[in-house]
Amino acid sequence: MITGRLAGGLFAALVVAGAAVAFAVAWRPGIAAVDPPSPETFDQTLVKRGRDLVAIGNCSTCHTLRGGQDFAGGRPVPTPFGTIYSSNITPDAETGIGRWSEAAFRRAMRSGVARSGRHLYPTFPYDHFTHVSDEDDRALYAYLMTRQPVHAQARENQLPFPLDQRAMIAGWKLVFLRRAGLVPAPTRSAAWNRGAYLVEGLAHCGACHTPRNVLGAERASAQFAGGEADNWNAYAINQQSPAPVPWDADALFAYLRNGWHPDHGVARGPMADVASNLSDVPDDDVRAIATYMADVLGPPTPDRKRRGEEVLARVSSTSAPATQANAAGAAIYAAACAACHESNRSLPYGGVDLALSTAFNASDARNAANIVLAGIGPVAGEPSPIMPGFAASMSDAQIAALLDYLRARFSRQPAWPGVERAVADARRTQTVFLQTSLSPDNAPTDLRERGKP
Amino acid sequence: MMTLKVNGRDHQVEAEPDTPLLYVLRDDLALNAAKFGCGLGQCGACTVIVDGRAVLSCVTPLLLLDGKQVTTLEGLGSIETPAPIQRAFMEEQAAQCGYCIAGMMMRAQALLQKNPKPTDDEIRTELEPHLCRCGTHMRILRAVHRAAHLMQTADASTSQRRSQ
Repeated sequence: MITGRLAGGLFAALVVAGAAVAFAVAWRPGIAAVDPPSPETFDQTLVKRGRDLVAIGNCSTCHTLRGGQDFAGGRPVPTPFGTIYSSNITPDAETGIGRWSEAAFRRAMRSGVARSGRHLYPTFPYDHFTHVSDEDDRALYAYLMTRQPVHAQARENQLPFPLDQRAMIAGWKLVFLRRAGLVPAPTRSAAWNRGAYLVEGLAHCGACHTPRNVLGAERASAQFAGGEADNWNAYAINQQSPAPVPWDADALFAYLRNGWHPDHGVARGPMADVASNLSDVPDDDVRAIATYMADVLGPPTPDRKRRGEEVLARVSSTSAPATQANAAGAAIYAAACAACHESNRSLPYGGVDLALSTAFNASDARNAANIVLAGIGPVAGEPSPIMPGFAASMSDAQIAALLDYLRARFSRQPAWPGVERAVADARRTQTVFLQTSLSPDNAPTDLRERGKP
Repeated sequence: MMTLKVNGRDHQVEAEPDTPLLYVLRDDLALNAAKFGCGLGQCGACTVIVDGRAVLSCVTPLLLLDGKQVTTLEGLGSIETPAPIQRAFMEEQAAQCGYCIAGMMMRAQALLQKNPKPTDDEIRTELEPHLCRCGTHMRILRAVHRAAHLMQTADASTSQRRSQ
């Protein structure tokens, strides 16, 4: 009896202590609301710098709904755990961040806590933004607070219990949110260090290009080994890169700047938005990102280098296609694709020779299926590659036969499993995607706006 | 030899399977509404409807069309009895040189079949693959709205004239 009571008391004490610890870990104070600062109070140079940083951070992609107003949020972000809707980051007092002080904004960037003290889900990549400097946070804040306020209430997230309990996020942060770790490397160039700061921080490249663990955190041991975004394969951008021709800093710079490179192809899916945003920022920052990523990718092994050179040599000559068992796929390629892809005009005026395309050397068929279905839309005001989509004229079986053929012909990898399934998934996902997000086939760069605050 | 279903009729076509649909329509079936613009699927002038969806016929080889229904502008209506989309384009005088217009009308028709009352933005987005060099863009927009209205108010005989 006494033992029972003792055990009961001990249990109660443990519960109370546990709750206290959990509270201490999870609870964050609110930060006092401010009156929305008037746009004139911000320094124009700071706003201009913020504009470049917002582009580097690719903020508009997640925080803008297809056809919606800039930064007004509401875009569904599908995750393995449920759907999370992006927030309104316009300076609207009621539904946006209009009443957030700079300190509240900085806390959100650094540790994923809203002004009210509420934990934010890590779909907002504060595991990267935590590395952003105070100075850059100030510029980002200045830019966002000088945008047009939009009254738009974010939708409720669709998450099952207990993931809908935000205290859970505090536990996630304890394990996965690390502010330390980004220290300047004095032996490296200024460009490399700048690139590391941007890539690991604001540009949050790993958010898509690094695989995630079961709890949705990036796997540090597999950094840049390839991840995914919106049913696109975000290719490995470390030494495991599947690109037929190895990347170097110059190619990366041109690709990130223009959204395409003659030896690699065209940025598609979410990467089209990234490239569109990067077309707008200072050269030095894009050059820095390219410098750092070229180092992450590493110099190619002699074998890879030789194969890349072989591919380039083969592309510049006109060779007969290898004989193939897949007659259906070969016939579709010859009739519908080859006129552009074997035109001997390099990007952007002809289609990329598919021997150069990373899509057919990648680990799955998703990106190839996405591109065949949707094609590539024009970019307003710039010479850019375009391609018609074949969603209306090719069945899933026809696209699957085509992709099987292209995989066999243009890569040295084994056949993809489940190609028809991948095509059906791509078709379904694109139908949803087209209704909810920025156009995937168009990454507009408004040249008139370039350089304006 | 293959059977091609165009505007509700079966045609026996003697052409290689890799022949673009556009060539067969124009050269073999004398259906000249769809135009050759770029031949690379980049301008929209060759657009026809296949199984209810707008398709660029210059990059659609016959081998993709087995069992499918093709509709061209000729299949929607005639000079005597124009379909709503044709009437609307005439009434709005939406053509200048007219080379792009057949393609524009076909994609607009496919849009109106799935979305009877599109907004300006929806029409602009849908017609984005079409190039018009003359610049009747605003009239084209008005014509599509007018066609939407005509389709909703048209008598049964006209409204049945929709493509498959």
